[in-house]
Amino acid sequence: MSQKARIAQGGRIDRSRTIRFTFDGKRYEGHPGDTLASALLANGVHLVGRSFKYHRPRGFLSAGSEEPNGLVQLEMGGGRTDPNFKATQIELFDGLVAESQNRKGSLRYDRNAVNDRLAHFLPAGFYYKTFKWPAAFWTKVYEPRIRAAAGLGKAPTAPDPDRYLHRHVWTDVLVVGAGPAGLAAALAAARTGARVILCDEQPEVGGSLLSESGRGITVDEVAPDAWLERAKAELGQHPELTVLTRTTCFGYYDHNYLGLLEKVTDHLADPPPDLPRQRLWRVRAKQVVLATGAIERPLVFPDNDRPGIMLASAARTYLNRFGVLVGREVVVCTSDDSAYDAALDLQGAGAKVTVVDQRHTPIGERVVHAQTAGITILRGQGPVGSQGRFRVAQLHVQALDEAGRPIMGRVQALSCDAVLMCGGWNPTVHLFSQSRGKLRWDEGLAAFVPGEGMQEERSAGACRGSWTLAEALVEGLAAGTEAAVAAGFEAHPTPAPAVREPVLGPHQPVWLLEGDRAGQRAWVDFQNDVTAKDLKLANREGFRSIEHVKRYTTNGMATDQGKTSNVTGLAIVAENLSRPIPEIGTTTFRPPYTPTTFGAFAGPSRGDLFDPVRRTPMHGWAERQGAVFEDVGLWKRAWYFPKPGEDMHAAVERECRAVRNAVGMFDATTLGKIDIQGKDGAEFLNRIYTNAWSKLGIGKCRYGLMLREDGMVFDDGVTTRIGEQHFHMTTTTGGAAGVLAWLESWLQTEWPELQVYLTSVTEQWAVIALQGPKARDVLQAVLTRGDISKEALPHLSMTEAEVAGIPARIFRISFTGELGFEVNVPASYGEIVTDALHRAGQPFGITPYGTEAMHVLRAEKGYIIVGQETDGTVTPQDLGMDWAVSKQKDFLGKRSLSRPDMLSPDRKQLVGLLPVDPKLVPGEGAQIVESPKPKLPAKMIGHVTSSYHSASLGRSFALALLSGGRARHGQRLWVSHGDGTAEVEVTAPVFIDPEGARLHG
Amino acid sequence: MLLITCPHCGPRAETEFRNGGEAGIVRPRDPAALSDGAWTGYVFTRQNPKGRFHERWCHAQGCGRWFTAVRDTVTDRFLSFHPAGEQPDEAGR
Ligand SMILES: [Zn+2]
Repeated sequence: MSQKARIAQGGRIDRSRTIRFTFDGKRYEGHPGDTLASALLANGVHLVGRSFKYHRPRGFLSAGSEEPNGLVQLEMGGGRTDPNFKATQIELFDGLVAESQNRKGSLRYDRNAVNDRLAHFLPAGFYYKTFKWPAAFWTKVYEPRIRAAAGLGKAPTAPDPDRYLHRHVWTDVLVVGAGPAGLAAALAAARTGARVILCDEQPEVGGSLLSESGRGITVDEVAPDAWLERAKAELGQHPELTVLTRTTCFGYYDHNYLGLLEKVTDHLADPPPDLPRQRLWRVRAKQVVLATGAIERPLVFPDNDRPGIMLASAARTYLNRFGVLVGREVVVCTSDDSAYDAALDLQGAGAKVTVVDQRHTPIGERVVHAQTAGITILRGQGPVGSQGRFRVAQLHVQALDEAGRPIMGRVQALSCDAVLMCGGWNPTVHLFSQSRGKLRWDEGLAAFVPGEGMQEERSAGACRGSWTLAEALVEGLAAGTEAAVAAGFEAHPTPAPAVREPVLGPHQPVWLLEGDRAGQRAWVDFQNDVTAKDLKLANREGFRSIEHVKRYTTNGMATDQGKTSNVTGLAIVAENLSRPIPEIGTTTFRPPYTPTTFGAFAGPSRGDLFDPVRRTPMHGWAERQGAVFEDVGLWKRAWYFPKPGEDMHAAVERECRAVRNAVGMFDATTLGKIDIQGKDGAEFLNRIYTNAWSKLGIGKCRYGLMLREDGMVFDDGVTTRIGEQHFHMTTTTGGAAGVLAWLESWLQTEWPELQVYLTSVTEQWAVIALQGPKARDVLQAVLTRGDISKEALPHLSMTEAEVAGIPARIFRISFTGELGFEVNVPASYGEIVTDALHRAGQPFGITPYGTEAMHVLRAEKGYIIVGQETDGTVTPQDLGMDWAVSKQKDFLGKRSLSRPDMLSPDRKQLVGLLPVDPKLVPGEGAQIVESPKPKLPAKMIGHVTSSYHSASLGRSFALALLSGGRARHGQRLWVSHGDGTAEVEVTAPVFIDPEGARLHG
Repeated sequence: MLLITCPHCGPRAETEFRNGGEAGIVRPRDPAALSDGAWTGYVFTRQNPKGRFHERWCHAQGCGRWFTAVRDTVTDRFLSFHPAGEQPDEAGR
């Protein structure tokens, strides 16, 4: 039989079926119910990894999510490879393929194992000390080598092929942890009729009871597993109770908002395609019960990291839950009664067991049982060393004094093939701490327990330091009832269960057992290879705050986040500094409790669903015209329309030329549009725009600037009076939502007396801009009603007309400097009207143009784009737009414009730049300096905001913000360009038709 | 994620809301009459108390309305919510 460590019967595995799996290329067998860890141990495989820094051989320390050593890479085929899986949490399935990590060559002959002999040269903080100089060596030599040597598995390179879903739920009570306390709490809450969610990371409920042999314990006169079956049966009877197994509560956030990760198909060989791999539950709970149990502490003694040395509770789990006997000759080292359960259970399964108890006079009932059962107990002794290369073969023990220090004297060598450690227990207070609860050090328990809470939660059982089953059940019952009552339900009277169990004796921690040989290392953090000596060194070098010690030594900073190392590390630092533990502090627990895949957080928000996409009604039309699109916010906008063989540059030149010489058409639908109605509309506009609006006639348009109260330009656009009490406002594409929100906030909170009603109509109107000297001819050709003559519709006016039989608002507006119209039609007619205009325009050479040409055309005319020429530090004066600022009335931001800073002559002002080399197009954002080779650090006097090649000018040109710019027209300056600078001449920021003759044509 | 009670819609997740900073900042009636310092105070100076804080929220992804909440900045607990126009009393209730 290959599974030589598997006992004949017992445990929660199905021996009638065999599962085949591969580890490091070798085939093994296990059973349903196994984890990868238990199956490997059943096959006698203890060596499962190499340590992070020294590449020491490592075996399993634990049987749960606290595992620091047994990390594997799972190969799942189809691009799926996941690093850093804890073998203790992987449910075995047929065909599973796993690889050990962090080795070079095979696990047995890891070529990096030489690091262990170089340990002298790899002390705490060795990165900081060794790899400082030369600086260039860091990225080129040190970092790649360190990364290669200390990697924790390989990241996948292909896109994640799996599906992840999110669930958003409300619940009255969330119970985290389905051990005895959690089960009691969930049932108590469910009996009141409350809506309850019970979650647990394990594939079945039961918690510690799954590992329980039941020796000497009864609950209501039945064995614990019978009580568990009874509880499971009742779970199914409450319709409002949801049980989530394989579900880890990884985060506890504000206002009782918690994150749960459900692993839906990770345990299946062939997952059904309709199921997501994982499901992220976002739970808002009225009340929370934490029943998260406790994690056993390892003992810190020299060479405590050999394969075969594990937590006592882990050995008990492997035996009672998985039917695996981890050793035949077992030494149990403990400072706590709980390890005697492991001693008794393993002895009962046929192992020869010796207990080494650090306490001089252990008095608990389990100790008496062990003695009665014939187990040798060495009292007042502790481990001080071990032997064995790939598995422990010998444990060295020595007598301890009353304070737990080894007494000089005879070291006894015990031969063994497994060592079980118990240094007491740490309540799993991670979620409580995440909820902002304060931890309290309990000297009697020698553990951090929940102190003052900040949210609607309570802890029950071992996670608050109540170690016995009786306490777990009683506290769970009380906590579940209390939570349901607090959520508004009536308590259901349930008597407390009657529990008979052995009486516990006191725990006496010994935090560090130092051997007397020099150079011995005792591991505190197994995953990050931090030893007691490293902590001592950090303290000697002056690190006193636990947060600093942690970062310097990396204690507790690995993927296990110090679940087995934080508290022992803290206690050892406290001893080094001769201060009480609470004074050293505690570490802060942050989410996630266990590593959580990015895919689960992203959920369905990836690919096409990452962000909504907004398309104009003419999107399809533009596509058929061969448009290349660009993203502007969420919008897809036609960028340019290349003809066959044209690159972007050629297309944009052609489009610009068409607008200047004939006519172009442009989809301006994305401009924000706000319909403003109510009798105080004009007054409202007076307050939010810099210019005056009261006298604007019906059918007239006006350009306006909006400022924030600090005087900085915030948005601009053209607003038109449709009727006496009716305006149509346009905003920038990107600013639409922000402007509406801004206007609403003033109306709602500051000026509730104004009768003004705002409605976003951005998506209700399709807008086609016709620009160029032939624009009127084209529009006239499809006009079915209305008058668009120069006299009837001058620049900056609007008429309600009909285009191609479709009712339209025609605005005489130009953003190019040419004769221009913006035809607004109901969105659903956008494509028809576009098409009609395009057909009618053929004889006139109509040319669709995109956003790039639009940018060039407006820049040639010196029209700004908010967000390009402005960046939140630019005033109307800076832009030379005083003409748009009223001297008479008040408006938002006006008072700021007369602050001394705003009047300073060296403010950055809008100018034009003409590069001396007409082919050179400076980069947008390029800095402006006063000499071709300025002394560093160079004084930067401005920057380029827009920069293009102009077909009309036959040269490059730019807009820029330049310190004291208006007084510098004609000056020669330099802009940063490539590795050097390029010479430019400062001009006025208008390059085409400064008199506006074209505009008014 | 905070749970915020819109006075018009009821309790909703924080992601539906936009925070508007300190509540109760009144725009001066005649800004031109203000000194530079007084105007600057209105535009830029805000309290940042440790403890009880009156702040503006807008239910942006819901009814779109602004309201005032009283929040303890230490615990992030909300003490009360008030529709626009209703003043929290001295104790912030
Ligand atoms: Zn609302």
